[in-house]
Amino acid sequence: MTEPTDADLRRLLLIRHFETALLDLFAAGRLAGTTHTCLGQEPVAVALADLLDERDFEFSNHRGHGHYLARFDDPAGLLAEIMGRAGGVCAGVGGSQHLLRGRFLSTGVQGESVPVAAGTALHLARTEPGKLACAHIGDGTWGAGAVYEALNLAVLWRLPLVVAVEHNGIAQSTPTAAQLAGTIAGRAAAFGAAYLHVADDDVAAMRDLVAGPLARVRDGAGPLVVEFATRRLGPHSKGDDARPPQQLAALREHDWYPRHARLCGERFARLDAEQRDRVAEVVAEVSARPPATPPAPSPAALSPSDNPAESPWQLVNA
Amino acid sequence: MAARQRVAESLNAALATALADDPRLYLLGEDILDPYGGAFKVTRGLSTRFPRQVLGTPISEAGIVGLAGGLALAGDRAIVEIMFGDFATLAFDQVVNFAAKSVTMYGRRVPMPVVLRCPTGGNRGYGPTHSQSLQKHFVGVPSLAVYELTPYHDTTDLLRGILAAGEPAVLFEDKVLYTDWMRRDGAADDLFRYDVVGDWPGVARVRLDDAPPECIVVAPGGVADRALAAMRRLLLESEIVTELHVPARLYPVDLSPVLDGAGRAGRVLVVEDSTAGGTWGAEVAHTLHTELWGRLRRPVRLLHAADSVVPAAPHLERAVLPQDGSIAGAVEEMCHG
Repeated sequence: MTEPTDADLRRLLLIRHFETALLDLFAAGRLAGTTHTCLGQEPVAVALADLLDERDFEFSNHRGHGHYLARFDDPAGLLAEIMGRAGGVCAGVGGSQHLLRGRFLSTGVQGESVPVAAGTALHLARTEPGKLACAHIGDGTWGAGAVYEALNLAVLWRLPLVVAVEHNGIAQSTPTAAQLAGTIAGRAAAFGAAYLHVADDDVAAMRDLVAGPLARVRDGAGPLVVEFATRRLGPHSKGDDARPPQQLAALREHDWYPRHARLCGERFARLDAEQRDRVAEVVAEVSARPPATPPAPSPAALSPSDNPAESPWQLVNA
Repeated sequence: MAARQRVAESLNAALATALADDPRLYLLGEDILDPYGGAFKVTRGLSTRFPRQVLGTPISEAGIVGLAGGLALAGDRAIVEIMFGDFATLAFDQVVNFAAKSVTMYGRRVPMPVVLRCPTGGNRGYGPTHSQSLQKHFVGVPSLAVYELTPYHDTTDLLRGILAAGEPAVLFEDKVLYTDWMRRDGAADDLFRYDVVGDWPGVARVRLDDAPPECIVVAPGGVADRALAAMRRLLLESEIVTELHVPARLYPVDLSPVLDGAGRAGRVLVVEDSTAGGTWGAEVAHTLHTELWGRLRRPVRLLHAADSVVPAAPHLERAVLPQDGSIAGAVEEMCHG
C-alpha cells in the first residue's frame, strides 16, 4: 500500500471531520432535519474526484457531502446550506440532500438521478464528446426500477454514463443480503454494461483500477457500472444505527483512518490536526452567520427564456 | 387559404415547427418513429424529418421522463409522448420530485423545459387503464403547469409558449379531439362564434353574437365539443342561451377572462372528465366563489365523471363520462331548477 498524497489525505480528512462535526452539531441540537454522513466512504468520493472533469456531470445522492467536498473543497458553503445560514450553496432551500453547483447536482430520491444522468450523458455525447455523466448510488438503490430503465437506455444508446455504486452492505437499516438478490455484477452483465469491482479503498489504487474503464466510457464505449466495496461507519441518519457494537467495531478496525494514521505517522497527525482545526473554524464562522434568505423569484426571473443555450451551469458560473 | 386541419394534424405541425426552430429540442417516446408514427399517429413523419431529435424509446416512462429532465438540465429541451396519459403515473416521481422541484429547490431558478404530452380521456372504448383523465393529479404542484389542447387555441403558438416558459408542463390531449377539426375564423360551428381572450394562452369564449347567456359553461378542451353540442341543444330545444369558456392552461388557473361573463350570467357550470374529489373543476369553482361572492345567483356546479373506473363497453363508458345530454341537463336544472 502506498502512502496517500498530501492532497488526497487532506480531502479524506476534511470529509471525515466535516461529517463528524455534523453529528456533533446534531447531538448539540444545533442542526435541524436530518443528515446522512458518508463516514467510512470518503475514499470513493476522493478517488473519483480526480478522475472527473469539471465539464462532467456528477449526480450525488442523499449521502453526498463527500462527493461535494471532494469536488469543490467548499466546507463553508456546504455547512451553511445544511445549517440554513447565509452563503449556503442553495440558499438554504435544498439542504443536505439537494445541492446544485456547476454540473454537480444531488437529489434525495433513490434511483431518480440515474435516468437524469443518462439525459445529461446524451447531451454530452452529442455536444461534448469525451465528457461523461457520473451517478453515485448505493447497493440499496438497486431496488429502484428507474436504475434499470436508465441502464437499458444507456447501453442501447451507448451513453457516456458511469454508475458509481458504493456498496456499503447496508441500506438504511436493511442488510444487503435481505434486499439484493443476485449480484450487482450480474445485473450489469444482464444489460451488457461494462462492470468493474473495486475492493480496495486506497485512493491511488482505486484510481488505477477505474481510470482505464472510465477512459473507455469517454471514448464512446457505453456505460460503466463500477462497484466500490466500502463501509458505512456511521448511522444512516443522525443516530439511528441499530447494528450491533461488535459489527461496528469490526468496520472501524478496517477503516482507512487508523490505517493511514499508522502508515503516515507524523504527516497524518499534522494534516489531521490541520483539517480538524479547519472544520472547527468553519463551524464557528458559519454558526455566526445570519439565517439564509433565498432570493424571491422576480417577475424577470420567471419570464420565459428563448435562449436555448441557457443552462444552469452557465447561470451558476456567470 | 390554408386547408382545414384536424387537431392531431395541427399538433403534428406544431411539433414539426418546434423541432425545426430549435435543434436542441428532443421528442422522446414509445413507438413514435416512422413508419408507425405513434399510437395516435401524432408524430408521423417527424422521425424522418428530424432523425437526430426524435428518439424512440423502450417502455420506460420513468426513464424517459428522467432522461428529458437531464437533457433540460444540460440546456436542451424535451417533449415526451406518454402513449396513454394513464401511464404518466409511472413517471410521477420524475415529474413531481425531479422536474418540478428542480426549478426552485436549489435556491435559484433552474430552467426545466420538459413537456409531457398525455393522450387522455375516454369515449374510445379502451377501458379502465387507457381512458382515465388524470389532470387533477398534476394540479397544484409548484412549478408544474398543466395545459390541455383545445380546438380553439393555435397549437403551434401553445406549444411554443409552453416550451419558452422554461418550466415543466403536462399537456393533456383528448383522444377524441385528435380527429376533430381545428376551428378558425371565429366560427365554432354554424351557430356559435368564438374568440380567444386574456393573457397567453388565453381563454376561448364560444357564444352567440347578440344574446346574453343565462349560464356559463367552463370546460377544458377535451370536453369542449360535448359542451358545444349541449349548448346547441339547449338553444334549439329549450331556448336557453349559454356561453362556453375553454382555457388552454388549466393550472395555474387564470380566470380573469371568465369573471365578467360569469358574474353577469350568475350561473356557472364546470365540466370535466375527471372523477370528483380534489379536481381542476373544484379549483375553478373555488376561484369563482372567491372572486364573485355575492354576484353569483347560485353556487358553481361541478359535473364530473361518475365515481368509477372508465368501463370498456361503449354503453357503460358513455354512462360514466359527462356527455352532451348530462351537460344540457345540468344547465337546465340550474336555469329552471
